[in-house]
Parts: sequence; structure tokens; C-alpha cells
Amino acid sequence: MVAVERLVGAYNTWATNGASEVPEWLKDMRSGAIARFESLGFPNMKQEAWRFTSVAPIAEGSFEQAKPPARIPTLEEIRPFLLLEAGYRLVFVDGFFQRALSTPFFDDVQSLAHVVTHRQDLVRQHLGKYAATEDRPFSALNTAFVNDGAFVHVPAKATIAEPIQLLFLASGKPAVTHPRNLVVLDREARASIVETYASLSHGAYWTNSVTEIVVGEAARVDYHRVQRESPGAYHVAATQTHQGRDSTVNLHMVAFGAALARHDIGAVLAGPGGRLILNGLYLLASQQHADHHTTIDHAADHCESHEYFNGVLDDKSRGVFTGRIIVRPGAQKTDSKQTNNNLLLSTDAHADSQPQLEIYADDVKCTHGSTVGPLDPRALFYLRSRGIGEHEAQQLLTYGFAAEILGRMEVAPLRAQLDGIVRGRLAEQ
Amino acid sequence: MTSIEAHVQQPYKYGFVTDIESEVVPAGLNEDVIRLISAKKGEPEWMLEWRLKAYRNWLKMSEPHWPNVKYGPIDYQAISYYAAPKQRPKLDSLDQVDPKLVQTFEKLGIPIEEQKRLTGVAVDAVFDSVSVATTFQAELAKYGVIFMPISQAIREHADLVQKYLGTVVPHNDNFFAALNTAVFTDGSFVYVPKGVRCPLELSTYFRINASSTGQFERTLIIADEGSHVSYLEGCSAPMRDENQLHAAVVELIALDNAQIKYSTIQNWYPGDDEGKGGIYNFVTKRGKCAGRNAKISWTQVETGSAITWKYPGCILQGDNSIGEFYSVAVTSHKQQADTGTKMIHLGKNTRSTIVSKGISAGRGQNTYRGLVKIMKGAEGARNYSQCDSMLIGDKCGAHTFPYIDVRNSTAIMEHEASTSKIGEDQIFYLRQRGLSAEDAVSMIVNGFCKEVFKELPMEFAVEATRLLGISLEGSVG
Repeated sequence: MVAVERLVGAYNTWATNGASEVPEWLKDMRSGAIARFESLGFPNMKQEAWRFTSVAPIAEGSFEQAKPPARIPTLEEIRPFLLLEAGYRLVFVDGFFQRALSTPFFDDVQSLAHVVTHRQDLVRQHLGKYAATEDRPFSALNTAFVNDGAFVHVPAKATIAEPIQLLFLASGKPAVTHPRNLVVLDREARASIVETYASLSHGAYWTNSVTEIVVGEAARVDYHRVQRESPGAYHVAATQTHQGRDSTVNLHMVAFGAALARHDIGAVLAGPGGRLILNGLYLLASQQHADHHTTIDHAADHCESHEYFNGVLDDKSRGVFTGRIIVRPGAQKTDSKQTNNNLLLSTDAHADSQPQLEIYADDVKCTHGSTVGPLDPRALFYLRSRGIGEHEAQQLLTYGFAAEILGRMEVAPLRAQLDGIVRGRLAEQ
Repeated sequence: MTSIEAHVQQPYKYGFVTDIESEVVPAGLNEDVIRLISAKKGEPEWMLEWRLKAYRNWLKMSEPHWPNVKYGPIDYQAISYYAAPKQRPKLDSLDQVDPKLVQTFEKLGIPIEEQKRLTGVAVDAVFDSVSVATTFQAELAKYGVIFMPISQAIREHADLVQKYLGTVVPHNDNFFAALNTAVFTDGSFVYVPKGVRCPLELSTYFRINASSTGQFERTLIIADEGSHVSYLEGCSAPMRDENQLHAAVVELIALDNAQIKYSTIQNWYPGDDEGKGGIYNFVTKRGKCAGRNAKISWTQVETGSAITWKYPGCILQGDNSIGEFYSVAVTSHKQQADTGTKMIHLGKNTRSTIVSKGISAGRGQNTYRGLVKIMKGAEGARNYSQCDSMLIGDKCGAHTFPYIDVRNSTAIMEHEASTSKIGEDQIFYLRQRGLSAEDAVSMIVNGFCKEVFKELPMEFAVEATRLLGISLEGSVG
């Protein structure tokens, strides 16, 4: 409770001082959200959605509201975190937009704080309309502190050729940031986006981000999210998509970092004929804990969704996966598949998997599958019989397991970068 | 779908009431009622103490609400916790059983008279709170197999009962188990001695008759080293507008190399088309493979009850022990079911198999919820789970909530689930071969459930097939 009071206190100070120059509707949204957070409090492990993840280290850690960084890193310093050379990019350090490091594009690829006043109608139409806060204390908290983040708007029938990079860097100070991102694709628009979280130095900080992605009729987005937080960091995030008729969303979620990570991914197929791929990989070692909760909501008929989540768990790490597929009444001809495969590389690693189907329509095809197990001893034997050393054989098989997920990404240079990161991680083990 | 759906809604066949004078304890629950039940059963002091301990714990517990089912509040003080037919028969002679009771069970297809007994099956017939007859007791005694009402076992085999009762499902395990422990009335007790293969199928038939009562039975089955037993329970109840509570506890214990096969055909009154009335079937069933190479197999066919809420589970403690769960759950009309299993792997090389088939029709809601937990010491544990759902009609729901928790990297665990409807092409094919739509559906549904039915003892597989036909009749078109 102390932690809740402290955050509410921080909000009150912030709302009266630094954050007062925003439109009324945003102030109302913030005050509504802080009231929501105050009534919800931090989740505990008795709640079904938090059964396997304790947020005590976050609630008990005293994280200050992040301040603008004392020193702004140079382009050279941030280059290792840029996964692509070309394309527009928005860079944030400790949650603050860095114009000097970014390459915005008018008011279409911009910082949210800027467009809140410059494109008020569009922002007001979408912001906070998709990411639920009723039973999500962290999303409510993010909404209360809504200030800056990335804003991407792709007008009707436009295609942005190069992927847009959204880079969130932490200086490593023990502070909390609440990045808030809004992506809007109008009808028949196309874009590819990479959202990255990383840290300039090791430290125990807390990132609490929310991203809302709205995809119009027949539009398509390839959305990548790379979580490479510092090993001591706490990362809580929510990503929510909302798809119109005949649209395509490909979501690729890769988690390497943070001591404790929780990611809620929600996808609503609101119009008929929507297609969704939700592709995820978590690669954990030491005492890392990563919890992914995905909810795919088939609210309209003739939609298709394919979900693949693979987890590689080494040392004393723990991977939690809860994937729910909801097929609403009337969402006939739904075709939905979900798999979650977990590879346990150490006797102390631990996997929890909860695939869930909730189906209220009869003319549907829905399946889910889940596995947990070690590397296949026969495959290992085969490789060894071909003269490959045991350790290398293990690495090769583990890499293959992870590469299956990376292989679904269509942006080749990005795939190659991530491939390199995966190989690097496996070589350490 | 119209014509098929129209076929399915057939009335409940076992909804009659037996007009028999009953002795019913006034509604309400307090320590005096528990003392009264204990006294009526002539129980020893330790049993009463255990009941009271459970009751005091129960008072501190609150009713759980996490399952995916909806129902109004239950007034525990409005239920009568003991009801028995007045002329209590003497158990040594079946001729003294009230002919009305004999007729009742005959009507249900469970003959308890000597000449009409099912060959090869020993039956314990439980009517409301008491066991009215147990067949083949003498025959079984020749093999050293004890098969009797649990109230009798508490008096005659106190040592065995005291040693095992409550060791698998403790008195404070959950809200309904605690309530059962406090007020349980009858149920069956089975003990199979070392190395004995029980020569008969053992069976208990539960019948609720009196109104405003609940049935709280308790079953305890112990299979000693190297023994084998197959047990089957069946049940039914009259049609009433009120909801009656059935909160049973079943405990199975399998020692080294022992095998227990437990089959259930559950056909409690499911309520009417509008969901009025019907039994709340809130049951705790758990088996423990206490010894090496032990095996416990649960097979259930759940067609009745307004609400079914049960998770027959296995604690696989002994090395190399095996747990199995085969289930068919049907919900039609407004029935709701939240059922599945728990497999807890503790020992090395323990194996478990889960095959669950859910069928939803009408406005039924069917949920599979299961836990597979592989603990750290369970080297080489193996689990395979398969959950298939079939939907008939567009107003029903099918849900799957498996929980998988693996803490050992040598364990292999696989889970698969699918949901589909009966293909129109399949029906078309069968119809052009001259089958009626109904027969086609019945054939497809039976094929869907075949993996489970083949696990049932022969006589009951036939019964189950028939039952499935009845509860689905008219639901496909």
C-alpha cells in the first residue's frame, strides 16, 4: 500500500507542477486512470492473471519519477542499439524524446507529447481507447502518467518503405518511466515498425510501457518488439492491437532482457477477414523471469490467427506463458491456431504454460498445443554421431528452436541482427 | 442445424420420485446435526472428532468462485443433511429390503434381488443418506475383498479406515471437501488385499430421492500391494425445480504394483430446458499412487447435473507410477460443466495420460480445466494430454484451460487441444449412405468419444453409448 500511496503522491505533485499544460480531456483521462490505479493497487499472486509472477520487487523498490537525462548520449553511443541503419527513428532516453538523435517525419512520425497538441483530434480519437485499464493496474498507471512516447500515423493508401524504429533507452538510474506509444494505420496503409527497449548501463530501473496499435481496413503492419533491458531491470508492458476489416497484423515479440518482465499482448480482430500472426520468443538465463499473457479476441467472423511462442529457459530462469483465444458469439468460420513450446536447458529452469480456448461459436476451427521438455536426445545423438561435439550440438539445436520464430520475420536486415543476438546469447551459455 | 437440434432435447428418464417414508433430519447445519449423524451411524469417538474438526474449519472457509460456471448462492442452512428410508433393512438379508426400494433400483436398471443380479458385478445401492443393499458381499469375502458401506466399515474395520481416510483428501482440502467430511453419510469402502485380483466389478449406485436434501457420500478404495480392482459408480435423481447439492469425496490409494480403475457414469438430473432445477455436482476425487509401479485410471462419462465441477486427479508419488484420465463431458440445455483433472508428478519415471472429450449442445457451457505439475524430483516424467471439444449449435460454448507447470528439465510434457463442429460433409456422406441425420450424428459423436468409451468396462460402455444418445438426441440438424 505504501508503494501505491507513493506513486499517487508522485502523480499529484507532477500533475500540479510539470504536467499542467495539456488539453482538458487528457487531464481527465489521467485523473481517471490514477483513481483506477489507486483502487486496484499492485496485483498479488492470488489473482488468476498474476498467479506465477510476483511484482513485489517493483512495489517494494523505491523508483523515482524519471528526470530528463543529465547527459544526452551521442549517436555513436546509441548505434549498437539501432537494429537498422535506414528509416525514420524516434529515440527516447529515460522516457524523454531526443530530437537531436531522432529523424521524425512531419507530424506523422513524431513524439506523442508534440502531437497531443498538434494533432489533437486524431490522438483524442484513439489514445486510451484500446488498452484496457479496468483490471490492469500497470496500464492504468501508465495512462495516469501519459506524457511522451512514440506516435506513428500512416495515412490511407500510403506505404512507408523502410521500417520505423522506436528506441527506448534507459540511463540505468533507479527510476520509473511510462512510455506511451500510439500507432495508427489508416485504410490500406502499410508500415513496418521496430520498438526496442535497451539500457545504456546496467542498473535496476522500471519501465512501464503501453503501446496501442490501430489498423484500419485492409491495412497491414509488421510490428516488431525487442526487449533487451538491463539484467537488473523490471519491464512491464502492454501491447494492444485493434484490427479492421481485411487487415493484416504480424506481431513479433522477442524478449531477452530484464530480471522480471511481464508483457500483456492483446489483439482484437474487430472486422471480418482479419489476419493475425503473433510470433514470440523468450530467451532466458540466470534468474530471469518472463511472463507473457496473450489474448486474441475473435470478435468478427472469417478471421484467422496464428500464434507461435517459443521459450528457451536456462539456469534458474522461469518462463510463464498464458495464451487465451476468445471466439465471440457470431465469429463463425474462425480459424485459430496457437502453440507454445518450451525448451528446458537446465534442471533448475521452470516453465508454466496455460493455453486457453474460450469459444462461443460453433463453426470454427481452433487448436492449441503446448510442450515442455529437454532437447531431443535422439537429435543430439544424431549430431554427435556426425562428429559434432556435445556442446556445439546442443547450441545448434537450441539455435534451431529459436530460429524457427525469427524465420517468420520478413524484414531481412532486422532478422539478421536478431539472429546475431540469439547466437551471441547462446554462445555465452 | 435445425432438425438435428430438434432431435436432441429428450426428457430425463430417471426423474421419477419413489414414494417412501423417509426419516429426514430438519434442515440446517450445526454441531448438533453432525453429532446426530455420527450417532445415527453408530460411529466411534475419533470419527466424530474428525467431523467436528472439519466443520470448524469449514466455517472459516469461503465458497470458491473461480470456476467458469454461474449459479445463485447456496443456502447451506436450507439443506437437510440426513435422509433415510424409514424401514432400515438388515444388511444380512436382501429379502428384507423394502420392496419399494427394490423396485426403484430395478427401474433404474440396477437389480439388487438375488435372482436378477448383474452377473459379475457386485452392487452397493445408496439411497439418499444410507446404503440399502450390497450384493455379493459373502462371495467377495472369500477372496478377502472388503466391499461394504463406509458407515459399516467405520464400525467393523476401524483400523483400515483410520489409517487411510483423509490421507488423500485432507479434511481441510477445500470448501466442499470440508463440508463433506463434516456431514458425509454413506458411500462405499473397498479394500483389496495383497496380490488379489478382485474377481468382480464393484459398483455403487447413488440415488437422491428426498427433496431439500443433499447427498454427501464418501468413498474410500484401498488396493494393497499387487492387487487389482475395477470400480464403477452410477447415479440419478428425481426431476425437481430446486437445485440439490451433491458434494462427494472419493479417495483412492494404490500401493506397490497395485491398480485401481475407477469409472463414473454421472447422470444426475440436469435441470429443464430453461436451466431450472438440477443437481449441483461439486465433487472432490483424488487418487494416490503411493507405491512403486502403481496405476490409477479415472474414466468418466458426465452427461447429467445442472453444474458439474470436478477434477479427478492422481498424485503420482511412487516411482514408475501411472495416472490416467479419460473423460467425456456432455452439456446440453443449460448445463454447465467445469471439469478436468490434476496430475501431480512426484516420483521418477511417472507417466500420465489425459484424454478429454467435451461436447456442447443447446446452451451448454463446457470447460476443460486441468493441471499437470511435474515436480523437481520427477526425473523422466512424461505427460500426454489431449482435449477435444465438439460444438453442436451456435449458442453453446467450449472452453479449455490447461495449467502446465514443469520443474524438471528431463520431463516431457505435451498438450494438444482442438475445437470443431460436426462437419456437414461428414453428415452428408453418411446420409447418402442411407443413414438418418440422427444416426449419422450419433455415429460421429460415438466415434469422437471412442477413445474414452473403450476404457469403460464392457457393460457400462453400452450404457454410456446409450446415455450419450439420449442427452444429445435432437441437437443436430
